[in-house]
Amino acid sequence: MASGNRSQAVQGYSLIAPPFGYALLVLMAPLLTILAYSFFKDGYLTIIREFTLENYVAVWGDPIFHKIMLRSLGVAALVTLVTVGLAFPVAYFLSFAVSPQRKGMWLFLITIPFWTSYLVRVFLWKVILGYNGVINSGLKSLGIIEEPLTFILYNVNSIVITLAHAYAPFAILPIFIALEKIDRSLLEAGRDLGESRAMTFWRVTLPLAMPGVVAASLIVFIPTIGDYVTPTLIGGGKIPMIANMIQAQMLDLDNRPMGSALAVTAMLIVAILSLIFVALNRRFLKVRQ
Amino acid sequence: MKGRGLHVYALCYLLFLYAPILLLPIFAFNNGTVISFPLKGFTTQWFVQAFENATLRRAVMNSLIIAVSSSVFATCLGIFAARASTRFEFPGKGPMMGLIMLPLVLPEIIVSISLLVVLLSMGITLNIFTVIIGHTLICMPYATVILTTAFNSLDRSLEEAAYDLGETKWSAFRLVILPLVMPGVISSLLMSFTISLDEFIIAFFLAGNEPTLPTYIFSQLRFPKQTPTIMALGTVLVVMSIILLTFAEYFRRRGNARTGANNTGGFL
Repeated sequence: MASGNRSQAVQGYSLIAPPFGYALLVLMAPLLTILAYSFFKDGYLTIIREFTLENYVAVWGDPIFHKIMLRSLGVAALVTLVTVGLAFPVAYFLSFAVSPQRKGMWLFLITIPFWTSYLVRVFLWKVILGYNGVINSGLKSLGIIEEPLTFILYNVNSIVITLAHAYAPFAILPIFIALEKIDRSLLEAGRDLGESRAMTFWRVTLPLAMPGVVAASLIVFIPTIGDYVTPTLIGGGKIPMIANMIQAQMLDLDNRPMGSALAVTAMLIVAILSLIFVALNRRFLKVRQ
Repeated sequence: MKGRGLHVYALCYLLFLYAPILLLPIFAFNNGTVISFPLKGFTTQWFVQAFENATLRRAVMNSLIIAVSSSVFATCLGIFAARASTRFEFPGKGPMMGLIMLPLVLPEIIVSISLLVVLLSMGITLNIFTVIIGHTLICMPYATVILTTAFNSLDRSLEEAAYDLGETKWSAFRLVILPLVMPGVISSLLMSFTISLDEFIIAFFLAGNEPTLPTYIFSQLRFPKQTPTIMALGTVLVVMSIILLTFAEYFRRRGNARTGANNTGGFL
């Protein structure tokens, strides 16, 4: 049997080699390069290969970095809250109220907007929310408002609306899958033991759905932090987020060690926050096993 | 009663999801350069203008070449990964699959900037081939997920029967397994094609001076006069995406039906 296992392993390795090798070469190697660069010095037009922590000291002490990182975290947290909050009732509806035959169609309808051009969707929100945009001009021609609404203009609110729209399916699907896995007899047991509908939801459904909520939050939070298009287009470049800052350092200022240190720092912060978030929800995640 | 309230909410939510896409054709056919109400009448001039633009035609050509190549490469790599993960057990499988799936959760700005830095330091000129390298990487996890479901629902006894009947490993794969997972392969190709066609960040950083459809759109967004043309272009893009996705979904379901699996979950 041992030889059978070994030949299994050999076959497995030879099969996984091409995709794994590709990921190593095109993803892992560049990431390690960035990590190495972040410890190098920036000379004019060259990179001095000498170990230094200067870049990190400069990044961590930079008030602009603090401001932009905090803004990115704030925007991402708000987007996560809004997206997951709006998505949960939809996932609940899909899992509990839609008949099994129609679930596929609903899921398909929800995922379609996600697969249509991200750039065009972000641009459309700019068109919709702008000073003379669709909402303002529409409400004005209907005589509902006299002056354009200003709270939806190019600011953090509009960034949040745009991103919450962009990541909606990401939030719905994990929660839906967690809800689908819930044994329906547990809910009946809760009701039979005299709990009200709301209490059953609070004490049985919600804790069991938490793994999905945690997954959804992370899936929305992590890419949102690194979003480049939305702050560029919607914020009009005036409300940069961390991706814009990395891009500016790397390309416009051509300071690759500094840009690398920025990117590594941002990834570290996101990774640590995600781990803390998972740790805080540990007791919900354990239930499943 | 409670279900009714949720139903209304879900419909409103769908409306929110579709609002931008529904506005797209309205303004693409609107005879006015400013995107606002009231509408000014019907025209198809924006589509004609878009069609006559030479840079745009070049961008479309580039995007098609990139999307076809990346979807083929990503699907081939995905077949290997899915087959390895569903059929064989070996130490280190988890972390290896983890690295293959990593682009799914990594912000694209990190993927593209790090790749860009390496390519530039190696002295490689940026063109559509460098974009294909990047797009293959980000399409690979999606292809792997779709193909894993296809391979998972395979009955292993079919493969063993083929060996017993004297087929070699390769011919069994070609004659028995591949036809059974074919719907998954087609679904993966279409999905990767759609992702690559719409992808902006990687194309923006890795294309050098070559335009792709999304980077062309991005460059035109600065000019308010170009907005209606962009709306027309967006309409074409959205219609194409929806057609491709409908086909992908059709093949995915047919694959499930063929192998007898029940239909759960969507694309992700």
